Amino acid sequence: MERHITLPLTEELAKTLHAGDTVYVTGTIYTSRDAGHKRMCEALAAGEKLPFDPTDATIYYVGPTPAKPGQVIGSAGPTTSGRMDAYAPTMLSVGARGMIGKGARLPEVVEAMKKHSGVYFGAIGGAGALIAKCIKSAELIAYEDLGAEALRKLYVEEMPLVVIIDCEGRNLYEERRAAYLEQRK
Amino acid sequence: MREINVAQITEVIARLCIEANTHLPEDVKGVIKKCRACEDGEIACGILDRIIENFEIADAENVPICQDTGMACVFLEIGQDVHLVGGNLAEAVDEGVRRGYESGYLRKSVVKDPIRRGNTGDNTPAMLYTEIVPGEQVKITLGPKGFGSENMSAIRMFKPSAGLQGIKDFILEVVETAGPNPCPPMVVGVGIGGTFDKAALLAKKALMRPVDSSNADPYYADLEAEMLEKINALGIGPQGFGGRTTALGVNIETLPTHIAGMPCAVNINCHVTRHKTEVI
Repeated sequence: MERHITLPLTEELAKTLHAGDTVYVTGTIYTSRDAGHKRMCEALAAGEKLPFDPTDATIYYVGPTPAKPGQVIGSAGPTTSGRMDAYAPTMLSVGARGMIGKGARLPEVVEAMKKHSGVYFGAIGGAGALIAKCIKSAELIAYEDLGAEALRKLYVEEMPLVVIIDCEGRNLYEERRAAYLEQRK
Repeated sequence: MREINVAQITEVIARLCIEANTHLPEDVKGVIKKCRACEDGEIACGILDRIIENFEIADAENVPICQDTGMACVFLEIGQDVHLVGGNLAEAVDEGVRRGYESGYLRKSVVKDPIRRGNTGDNTPAMLYTEIVPGEQVKITLGPKGFGSENMSAIRMFKPSAGLQGIKDFILEVVETAGPNPCPPMVVGVGIGGTFDKAALLAKKALMRPVDSSNADPYYADLEAEMLEKINALGIGPQGFGGRTTALGVNIETLPTHIAGMPCAVNINCHVTRHKTEVI
């Protein structure tokens, strides 16, 4: 199914998204990857607030290249999500609902997604020049010392994504691969 | 004895860093387009179209193909009749990487320490390999290596009794485990033989060879073709969404090894397999 949605990703909205849906996303998302997640989870453990309100937020696992003069952002494709598996359940537990990345997730992340109505979206890995086109603004909001791993607030328009794992735990990777192998028989 | 100033090496490396990261090699482009024509996966065709659109945007706008502009792997083949002057070679190489990544708006993805971390801020140091060869030229190959795929690589020290079947099973096992993580369609570099370290280096060097080329030894050329077919029968497909195009190519490099061993390293690369060579 093809969907056009506007963020924030509320629980009601999340529940209407299913593995395999092509979703064009518009709205505010936050960037974070390895070092940023580590720091955010340390902040939460210390009882501190996050640099942004996680409620119904969507986090894009990306470390963009620096913007050239005249660009909003450099190339900005997804990084491998599995490295954020250690932190994702914590982020989901404080309200962050959407995750954008690529690659497999651990069962404990899927369980946390089912519990908190999370959605895992896939962007095309290695298509950073193309994806950058739908990012309309980028603002550095925290952890500037982390360079490419700093936290950024992005506004995206019609960002093309696919629901890889939905809040019921259905997994597109498993379903599509099995369907393809069946088709080839 | 020919004198070459290391400043010239700095200059070439700076340029290669930018060119390799913005313009996908023609061999990789060609194979991706060929695979698109043969693809029969439902989502896969659209994904390959977007991958092609992406490298065309990078070409036209001189922007990085992928945001992971990699660690700079630098291979120098230095002619034994060359006298390098004007400074320290390793520093000159790092200076080239520093300049290329800064002036090319490339991402700085290197940390100072593997455990304590901390970005070096300029993408140095380069991963530098030097080899002394006959002649009076310096051949520079630059391969920016992304880590989404690097992380899915593996090495195993086989007993010789494992034989060819052991190698075949291992290659498939590494690709299967990698699944959707390394941005398939992937390129699979395989190093067999040598020592523990040399096998890994061979696998990395295999990724610098054009993806549409074959090993000069027909035995290994056949093995490359067989493994590509087997990998593409796994059904992982572009981005892991099911399809024929799981890998664009399998490149195998070998070396003699010890009577007791059969090391095998598999270095995975993504569809943004970058390599650029220049000779001074």
